[in-house]
Amino acid sequence: MKLTGSQILFKALHAEGVDTIFGYPGGSVIDLYDEMYRQEGIQHYLVRHEQGAVHAADGYARATGKTGVCLVTSGPGATNTVTGIANAYADSIPVVILTGQVPTHMIGKDAFQEVDITGITRPCTKHNFLVRTVEDLGRNIREAFHIARSGRPGPVLVDIPKDILQATLEEEKISMAVNLPAEPSRESIDGACAEAISLIKASRRPVIFVGGGILRGKAVSELRTFVDAVNAPVTASLMGLGAFPGTDPRWLGMLGMHGTYYANMAVSHSDLLIAVGVRFDDRVTSKVAEFAPNARIIHIDIDPVSINKIVKAHVSIISDCREALQRLNTMAGGRVLLSEDQTRDWLDQITKWKRAVPLGYCRSDKIKPQCVIEKLYELTKGQAIITTEVGQNQMWAAQFYHFDYPDTFISSGGLGTMGFGLPAAIGAQVAFPDRTVVDIAGDGSIQMNIQELATAVHYNLPVKVVILNNSFLGMVRQWQEMFYGKRYSQTHMKQTLDFVKLAEAFGAVGLRATKPEEVEDVLRKGLETPGVVMMDFQVEPEEQVYPMVSPGAALTDMKLGNLRQEAD
Amino acid sequence: MSMEEHTITILVKNEPGVLSRVAGVFSGRGYNIKTLCVAPTANPEISRITLTSNADADFTEKIKKQLDKLVDIVDVLDYTGERFLKREMMLLGLKITPGRHAEALQALNTLGCRIVAMRPDYYIIETSGSRSENDAVFQYFQTFDVEMMNRTGCIAIPLNPKNDPE
Repeated sequence: MKLTGSQILFKALHAEGVDTIFGYPGGSVIDLYDEMYRQEGIQHYLVRHEQGAVHAADGYARATGKTGVCLVTSGPGATNTVTGIANAYADSIPVVILTGQVPTHMIGKDAFQEVDITGITRPCTKHNFLVRTVEDLGRNIREAFHIARSGRPGPVLVDIPKDILQATLEEEKISMAVNLPAEPSRESIDGACAEAISLIKASRRPVIFVGGGILRGKAVSELRTFVDAVNAPVTASLMGLGAFPGTDPRWLGMLGMHGTYYANMAVSHSDLLIAVGVRFDDRVTSKVAEFAPNARIIHIDIDPVSINKIVKAHVSIISDCREALQRLNTMAGGRVLLSEDQTRDWLDQITKWKRAVPLGYCRSDKIKPQCVIEKLYELTKGQAIITTEVGQNQMWAAQFYHFDYPDTFISSGGLGTMGFGLPAAIGAQVAFPDRTVVDIAGDGSIQMNIQELATAVHYNLPVKVVILNNSFLGMVRQWQEMFYGKRYSQTHMKQTLDFVKLAEAFGAVGLRATKPEEVEDVLRKGLETPGVVMMDFQVEPEEQVYPMVSPGAALTDMKLGNLRQEAD
Repeated sequence: MSMEEHTITILVKNEPGVLSRVAGVFSGRGYNIKTLCVAPTANPEISRITLTSNADADFTEKIKKQLDKLVDIVDVLDYTGERFLKREMMLLGLKITPGRHAEALQALNTLGCRIVAMRPDYYIIETSGSRSENDAVFQYFQTFDVEMMNRTGCIAIPLNPKNDPE
């Protein structure tokens, strides 16, 4: 029996266990969509913009740990995915992007809806393929999935010419065997782990700093055991939130530009920094020369490129985080590496820093955005999956929603993509239809992919959108206030848009709060209302995110606003 | 930071786009590729890219790690330094005015160049050697009328057999 290219593609997707695709049809993939009409076992979600398809696949991947899949047509369909691909690349998220391409004989002839998408996405994919023959198709799809999820995960694009989808091949000639060069062999980590153990034992002021590698590497419980053995406080990058419980007394909160005072102080005064699954982003280190100046550094990461790229490691363990932590835990043998006595002074000092400058905000007669997040945390009992847009909304979500569980904070970390949160929430909601999924948004960023509200309503995905509406592009405005003499150049977004009516126009429910006393009721009602709900919280327009490390300054050099409670 | 020339040889799967991926690792980090040679190896599925680039001291480590991440890369080897033989090839189109034939032929002989095509008023000569040898040949023939010149980048090979102690 002969199969068409389209049938082979679905065969490969079935073999990978794919049951969910986010996509948008078009001329080059019409054969594929025709085949989809007959296929069972795959649910396709028709987004309203191809960027939304990648973000949704990305959100789905982050929430489930599986590889997200999206499918778009050639030309503009393909170019619309580029921001989403770069976003998944920056945050190491496994996504496979299937793009249609004009027929092979038309390639290079400026055909209608032709674009060199493998050329365009080369720098922002882990790898990409232009499928050359129908014989290659099944194998290329399997290879794409293999590459996307192996090692440090990332997006892989497969560009498929239309004639290859239409071509046929005898079933027995279909090969799906992955044929890729072997990855470079790695040294044993035993020696480095032993060195790490002796550095830990010699330390008196240790800090454990975790990132997205713990979540991607599914090393949450191994981390817990390790923290027990080291008796050290734990901080995280934005990408690491949820890797360690936000309500644990050893939790320091986030590190970096908008990290907590005590996390920044602890890292800056530590004598040992154990960095696990992180890449020392500039939003974390700020001034590299003064980052953790007194600390020995143990760096565990799966990507050799991350080691010594920004911060020089004294001990480097190139490994999957789970494997490395398992090895370290085995070496510790169930005993503590540092006793409570040995770290007591250090932990006391940290408690003093925590008391001196806790996270907080001043109440006023206007709604405080931080208060909305606190109430949201209370009402959802910390059980919601939170996605965010980018900017102040994202930082307040990171600071005031205490993430106890892995894969519940879904945010655009590396690329900082406004418009990520809503489609990502759709992806997470598809994965977990019965959980509460909330997109915390700003009034600017929500408008960047607002069309996806239609997707949510279409598939009855009951996503809740919380807009912290300050009529500003708030984070840029904050920089303008602090560093550019309050010249608010092009950041005031006069909000003539009625978000309640907008929600209703999409077939969703819209709610609004304008006074502090309305916050709880609106949130409660919004969370209880079935279906898609968009809540417009009209907040203090010029609220700042504190603490803030000035760009390029040392982490100890923080602007604190009114946060300081007592001398430290 | 001092800049020095590095020679790297890369074995790659012979796939479309692989050269662009390799070049992207350099250009994306602000490095300039100075010379570049690509040709198939004895195995037609594998090609060898040999390139040189001026960069700082930790360049090779940084670039090697980045190149190792590319899916189509089979191996990356550092061929910088004295332990490797390096050769380039150069072709010159030389206009010969009447009366200078003897001088030209003697120079070609002395410099170890070969005539690969000739007319009474025009020679195409071929030479290979280290970059400085080729520079010297080129410079000498500047005294003639060099109408065209084309030279390759560097190719390289270890001087000693694989299992020799270093």
